[in-house]
Amino acid sequence: MNLSVLISELTSGMLVSVAIFTLTLLFSLPLGLLVAFGRMSKNWLIRWFFKIYISILRGTPLILQLMVVYFGPYFIFGIQMPRNYRFIAVIIGFVLNYAAYFAEIYRSGIESMPIGQYEAAKVLGYSKSQTFFKIILPQVIKRILPPVTNEAITLIKDTSLAFVISVQEMFTIARAFASAQASMIPFVVAGVFYYVFNFVVAYTMEWIEKKLNYYR
Amino acid sequence: MKLFEIKNLKKSFNDVEVIRDISLSVEQGQVVAIIGPSGSGKSTLLRCATMLERIDSGEIIYLGEHAVKTDEDGKAVYASPNSLKKIQSYFGLVFQNFNLFPHYSVIKNIIDAPITVKKMDREEAYEIGRSLLRKMGLEDKENAYPYQLSGGQQQRVSIARALALNPKILFFDEPTSALDPELTGEILKVIRDLAKEHMTMVIVTHEMNFARDVADHIIFMDGGVIAEEGAPEEIMLNPKNERTKLFLGKFRE
Ligand SMILES: Nc1ncnc2c1ncn2[C@@H]1O[C@H](COP(=O)(O)OP(=O)(O)O)[C@@H](O)[C@H]1O
Ligand SMILES: [Mg+2]
Repeated sequence: MNLSVLISELTSGMLVSVAIFTLTLLFSLPLGLLVAFGRMSKNWLIRWFFKIYISILRGTPLILQLMVVYFGPYFIFGIQMPRNYRFIAVIIGFVLNYAAYFAEIYRSGIESMPIGQYEAAKVLGYSKSQTFFKIILPQVIKRILPPVTNEAITLIKDTSLAFVISVQEMFTIARAFASAQASMIPFVVAGVFYYVFNFVVAYTMEWIEKKLNYYR
Repeated sequence: MKLFEIKNLKKSFNDVEVIRDISLSVEQGQVVAIIGPSGSGKSTLLRCATMLERIDSGEIIYLGEHAVKTDEDGKAVYASPNSLKKIQSYFGLVFQNFNLFPHYSVIKNIIDAPITVKKMDREEAYEIGRSLLRKMGLEDKENAYPYQLSGGQQQRVSIARALALNPKILFFDEPTSALDPELTGEILKVIRDLAKEHMTMVIVTHEMNFARDVADHIIFMDGGVIAEEGAPEEIMLNPKNERTKLFLGKFRE
């Protein structure tokens, strides 16, 4: 088997990795905000529910969570899931996990906002939701961009964990090639792919940070 | 006409009574200065008046409309959210540390509330915003961001922001205290100009000369009560209360 076959296979695996990455961010960023709201709720029951949620999802391995999401429906409820559930399970697992991390990032960002911003908005007559979405959230996003970038970089590397339920992402494919050929080359190529992926993401985040530097 | 009125206002923080039975009223066009030592409750009084703080008991009335009443048990009862929303539009507040929105340009800071809150037409909002900037001597700063301005300029933007909503009464909480001494003059001039236009204002300040010149009425607060009040000459030149004398004495040197 030659290098071009390897690269084309790894490229298709890379697309799956990119899909996991993109879908995870797409859903976990908004979900994280909702979890952060829950975590800061005035109602203690809601607050504690989300506190425990965050604690469990951050306190147990993602790899274990993926297995629970994938096998849970059958092992616990005896429900036979369709074939394509493999990929869906990965997305659900990643989204639930990353939402917990993002929630804490949002929370620290929201809590770091000076109270004067809320008070100025209130006296000017902004409603609670106008205050949050027009005044607070844009500033929070600027503040939390560095930790969100960190999470995004971690997420790229975490996508490889999908191998545990045999989703055909890049790492799963590289591993299959490597063991079939007793060669390191598939791993080296996969490493290069991950590195390029990281580079693109880091560069994009830096670009967004620069865009938001028009104010302090 | 009484534009604004407070009756028997009481407010505690953790069982410490910070405002102890204060009543006052402000007539249309009147300029009231509130002076007093730090910790006497001046900010708390303004924050209660502008609903940033919930009062324990008493009444707050704007243009004859009750924002807060007190029931038979002596507990404060706030008006319905809809009435409060309306009453909210009667007043503006200028903060000591400006509290401008850093992510908005100067003009957006001024026109966003009129557009968002009052549903004002964009064109009209821009027109009002620009004329306020001219009035504040900041016409060239329209597209600047707050961090690019001096403290005095930021405070002028925050005054313009409050004025853009066309309030009936404007509260100031030590508007010059966060500024370098050489920048206080520009703010005091803006407030003097507003007084000439008969803007109704309540100003907490440590600038005694300014208070004497601009105010029609001076309130001296101490320990959560109004220790003495009256016409500026009366309070400044001929205070009756010992604590007023002591306080003013510190500004004499
Ligand atoms: N949010 C608060 N919680 C507890 N105590 C407060 C709070 N705000 C003000 N105080 C207390 O109330 C008193 C009056 O404060 P303030 O109204 O800020 O005085 P002034 O503006 O005249 O300096 C002070 O003793 C202050 O410590
Ligand atoms: Mg104060």
